[in-house]
Amino acid sequence: MTQTLVGAPAAGRLHPGGEGGKLPGAFRLGLLRGGVEIKQFFRAKEAVVFTFALPIVMMTMFASIFHDKIQGAGITVSQLYVAAMLGAGLMSTSFQNIGIGIATERDEGNLRRLRAMPMPRSAYFFGKLWLVLVTGVAETALLLAVGVAFFDLKLPSTPGKWFTLAWVLLLGMIACSLLGIAMSSVPRDAKSATPIMVLPFLVLQFISGVYISINSMSGWMVKVGSFFPLKWMCQGFRAVFLPDRAKVLEQGGDWELGRVALVLGAWCIGGLILCLTTFRWKGRRDG
Amino acid sequence: MRGLRKAYKDHVAVNGLDLDIRRGEIFGILGPNGAGKSTTVEILEGHRSRDGGEVEVLGEDPGRASRQWKSWIGIVWQNEVVSGELTVAETVRHYAQYFPDPRDLEEILHVVGLTEKAGARVTGLSGGQRRRVDVAVGVIGRPELLFLDEPTTGFDPAARRQFWDLIRSLADDGTTIVLTSHYLDEVEALADRLAVVVGGKVVAEGDPATLGGRASAQATVSWLAPEGPREYRTDTPTGVINDLAAHFRGEIPELTVSRPSLEDIYLGLIKEQETAA
Ligand SMILES: Nc1ncnc2c1ncn2[C@@H]1O[C@H](COP(=O)(O)OP(=O)(O)OP(=O)(O)O)[C@@H](O)[C@H]1O
Ligand SMILES: [Mg+2]
Repeated sequence: MTQTLVGAPAAGRLHPGGEGGKLPGAFRLGLLRGGVEIKQFFRAKEAVVFTFALPIVMMTMFASIFHDKIQGAGITVSQLYVAAMLGAGLMSTSFQNIGIGIATERDEGNLRRLRAMPMPRSAYFFGKLWLVLVTGVAETALLLAVGVAFFDLKLPSTPGKWFTLAWVLLLGMIACSLLGIAMSSVPRDAKSATPIMVLPFLVLQFISGVYISINSMSGWMVKVGSFFPLKWMCQGFRAVFLPDRAKVLEQGGDWELGRVALVLGAWCIGGLILCLTTFRWKGRRDG
Repeated sequence: MRGLRKAYKDHVAVNGLDLDIRRGEIFGILGPNGAGKSTTVEILEGHRSRDGGEVEVLGEDPGRASRQWKSWIGIVWQNEVVSGELTVAETVRHYAQYFPDPRDLEEILHVVGLTEKAGARVTGLSGGQRRRVDVAVGVIGRPELLFLDEPTTGFDPAARRQFWDLIRSLADDGTTIVLTSHYLDEVEALADRLAVVVGGKVVAEGDPATLGGRASAQATVSWLAPEGPREYRTDTPTGVINDLAAHFRGEIPELTVSRPSLEDIYLGLIKEQETAA
């Protein structure tokens, strides 16, 4: 940004020389924002419980109710649910939390105050990404622990599978966060933020094969679901945690990891463009 | 700082407003609810877009402000900002970290009277205490130019006095302060100059002591006559008192001489505008 200090009397400045003090950089401020975001998140007890407990409760319910062996795939239905809930849990810490969080901050004036700070705007988003990274990994670890302890989930056996886990986690996290950031501009105020974020997320979980296996859904639902990242995140997690024999349950008869990476990658780029073009710093009341 | 001229909004909240605020002064803005004070101030801060006019604040157009410029500005908004789950000290410390040369945390907490509450969550504070957090955040970055939009709403009388001292000491350090308030005593106590805004226009501007012909306005002499309280408006109060003293041969019962208060002048101005409209 070009600076025009022309016309500003140089004398009498509290900060002589104009550029005297060094402004902190975007990365440092991003870390700082991240620290504050994480601190605030973990102090809001209700939100923490909602975020972490809900996927675990859902997983426990579904995986306990449906636990039969699937013929020819060498797995139980419970294992399917655990893998799918990893995807849904990750999306709740990224998409849902970020979307509700930003909409609330915008409504309560925090965004406005931050905008008044001499901060590169990117630092705000870096902070959000740190928050998602920490909560997303924590959520995944929790679900994995429960899955391994109670539902016969096997941790990845090869470095290749660990690698797949890492990139599915990372790409999914980024894609869903960006989607959440973009979506946060939709609610008019803090009150409407929760329904506006949660409802589409819930529908998406159904059409992405989290609760109901993809095979038993009608064609158009699968098509719509396949457009969004969640289906591909779940598929990626199944590739990591299910034995290769279970491939037969997939639509394509294969894990299609290439396509998973492609779709998630595309959402990262598309989401970024969406955010850059639609993000509102101003709330309803700020003209 | 060289002031702003003209700014419009769709509701014409601010309608051709001219202001010149000088570097280092405390400038008060008065006006009834909805006059356009906050709108004006937020345009100056760069938080509202304007539809017309030219604005220059500290040499820059606030609508296109640089990071550097933002580091010179401190803002206390009219609506308090409750920032989630942090404690008072954490909040103020966090906002300090954006600035190259922030003030000392302990010192600021002390001057806004929040030292004992430093470890308390912001959400658990009383309204006036939260307002003090806003003030602390507004001044923590050692701003050159401080915008205060009704900063003392909810302050108890002692806290207001303490706040006045803070503002005076900031001004002594060379900070330029733009203060909006509905407390006329506050503006009178603090402001070097002030403007009265009605319907998005400046209707009077000047020194608090001379605003709207205050200094030259007639004085009112009142006393207790045997038949009851009496009042007399005059340009020559000393002469009137001399006559009274001769009449009473000694003490004049319940004698007062008063000039119109800032409030009288202000209310007069507002009424004038209403009848004109
Ligand atoms: N975001 C907005 N959208 C539409 N109209 C607005 C908005 N903000 C303010 N207004 C209108 O603009 C006018 C001026 O509002 P402003 O907040 O500047 O008044 P004010 O002088 O600060 O009043 P107060 O003393 O109550 O704080 C009002 O009529 C108000 O209704
Ligand atoms: Mg106002």
